[in-house]
Amino acid sequence: MNEVLALSLSELSERIDRGDLSSRDIVEAFLGRIDEVDDRVRAMVRTHREPALREASAADDARRKGNAKGPLHGLPIVLKDNLVSPDFETHCGSRILQGFRAPYEATVVTKLKAAGMIVLGNTNMDEFAMGSSTENSSLHPTSNPWDLGRVPGGSSGGSAAAVAAREAPAALGSDTGGSIRQPASLCGIAGMKPTYGRVSRYGLVAFASSLDQIGPMGNRVSDLALLLEVIAGHDAKDSTSLEKEVPHYKGALDGSVDDLRIGVPRKLFETPGADPRTLALVREAIEELERAGAKTVDVELPHSAYGIAAYYLICTAEASSNLSRYDGVKFGYRAEAETLDEMYRRTRSEGFGREVKRRILLGTYVLSAGYYDAYYRKAQRIRTLVREDFRRAFEGCDVIAMPTAPGPAWPLGERVEDPLQMYLQDTFTVTANLAGLPALSVPCGFVEDRWPAGLHLITRPLDESTLLRVGDAYERRTEWHQRMPSLSA
Amino acid sequence: MKIDAERIQSLAALARLELSEQEAKAMRDDLDAILVYVEQLDSVDTEEVEPTAHVLELATPLREDRVRGTLSVDEALRNAPAHDDASIIVPKVIE
Repeated sequence: MNEVLALSLSELSERIDRGDLSSRDIVEAFLGRIDEVDDRVRAMVRTHREPALREASAADDARRKGNAKGPLHGLPIVLKDNLVSPDFETHCGSRILQGFRAPYEATVVTKLKAAGMIVLGNTNMDEFAMGSSTENSSLHPTSNPWDLGRVPGGSSGGSAAAVAAREAPAALGSDTGGSIRQPASLCGIAGMKPTYGRVSRYGLVAFASSLDQIGPMGNRVSDLALLLEVIAGHDAKDSTSLEKEVPHYKGALDGSVDDLRIGVPRKLFETPGADPRTLALVREAIEELERAGAKTVDVELPHSAYGIAAYYLICTAEASSNLSRYDGVKFGYRAEAETLDEMYRRTRSEGFGREVKRRILLGTYVLSAGYYDAYYRKAQRIRTLVREDFRRAFEGCDVIAMPTAPGPAWPLGERVEDPLQMYLQDTFTVTANLAGLPALSVPCGFVEDRWPAGLHLITRPLDESTLLRVGDAYERRTEWHQRMPSLSA
Repeated sequence: MKIDAERIQSLAALARLELSEQEAKAMRDDLDAILVYVEQLDSVDTEEVEPTAHVLELATPLREDRVRGTLSVDEALRNAPAHDDASIIVPKVIE
């Protein structure tokens, strides 16, 4: 394997600065890697070869003339296929968006381009980000680079698999109930969901608007810091984006944790169905943080057990409303029909996959007259209790640590017929979305020395710096992130 | 079953979806399992708890009312499955 592929964004940037590598070398290396392995991993849905090479040469020219835009100038990234730009089509894993090319651009894409980053391609995902395995893509499933017969997690499974297979040094994903963190965990990479409102959602195809958040994925926590600094910030085009200054995240990574109290929700480690091998790795990771000087304290999150139930009522309600826009009129797929109403029905029935229909129907049900209070309103009240749990817990600790996913990657196809079983994948991740909190998954070992596991860290709103500092400190003391998948079948 | 055969079809009609009999049966089973699972929420007393619709204190931002750049007609029509120079074409609505 080309040694360039093993480097982090920071390392690539340093090599460019020293003149050891050009942007063109780097982009060619990653495009070559996509050619070499993506027929097996199938992380990508499209690759922008010619534009990427052109931009790389332009970046090299700019540097020669002293016009470098910053440390990420000329470095490649891949994007989940729900972030729009006029530069490429966006299918969102759905037949209903086939051929769709947005006439406007997601703010995060504009920001990455302004920092000089080069979009290598778009990555596979569960349709409309609904799923935990990337098997709900209308195009094809994606494989886990650590075991090609297993799922990469989801819904940002393409982004996670691409980074793990070193088809790109970094990616963006989106996280509504765990869709960045769970695939990051299953693919052995780092992934972060920032505070709700930290990153503009303008140009992110909406799933559940009160929960959706865009975030970075990479092979190093320090790379997430670099990327978050670029994509975070207020945006007049998203009224839920916060008018708060963006800190210099990378500057906070000093390797120390001895001033921090790590809250451990012991009860959650007894969650039925959680894999004891994963739990053991996470406990070991928490002990490593203790050895680094952090203090651990017990915390209680008594309403976390209700997180999944509340989440699936809220997210389906919001999705049923958000997805009403797909009607075959203004964009996307249209089925032929005699009447307008028939056109709507046939377009949606032929355009949406099974999981999307399931969630639209559930959302329609929980919002319908007579059920609204019993389901939707009830779930919103539980959401309040989940938030209060965290508020109380953070009075006694700075960061909460637990598993990201309840177990390692499972064989492709094994859970597609059991939606509830799939939903339980989000057990440890949904509460951060319900409460709007920033959360990070960092590689913390391998189950049976084969399948990656992730340590899940959650902190107070807008304290991403602390989260990244803990993740980075853990990474400095461990070597999990340096392992590479062999990609043998 | 929490959702009977008639109910699933009325939900589908509300959501502008068509379900074959086989699909409808499978959806009823899936939704039923999910609704049984969420029944656990009933065990939590939420009488005194305010609902959270959104984690942020949302305010409506105001801006000056002035004309700004927006999509051209061509750009707005480009993605429409059927259109002419100025309009999106759909099946006839009014006889």
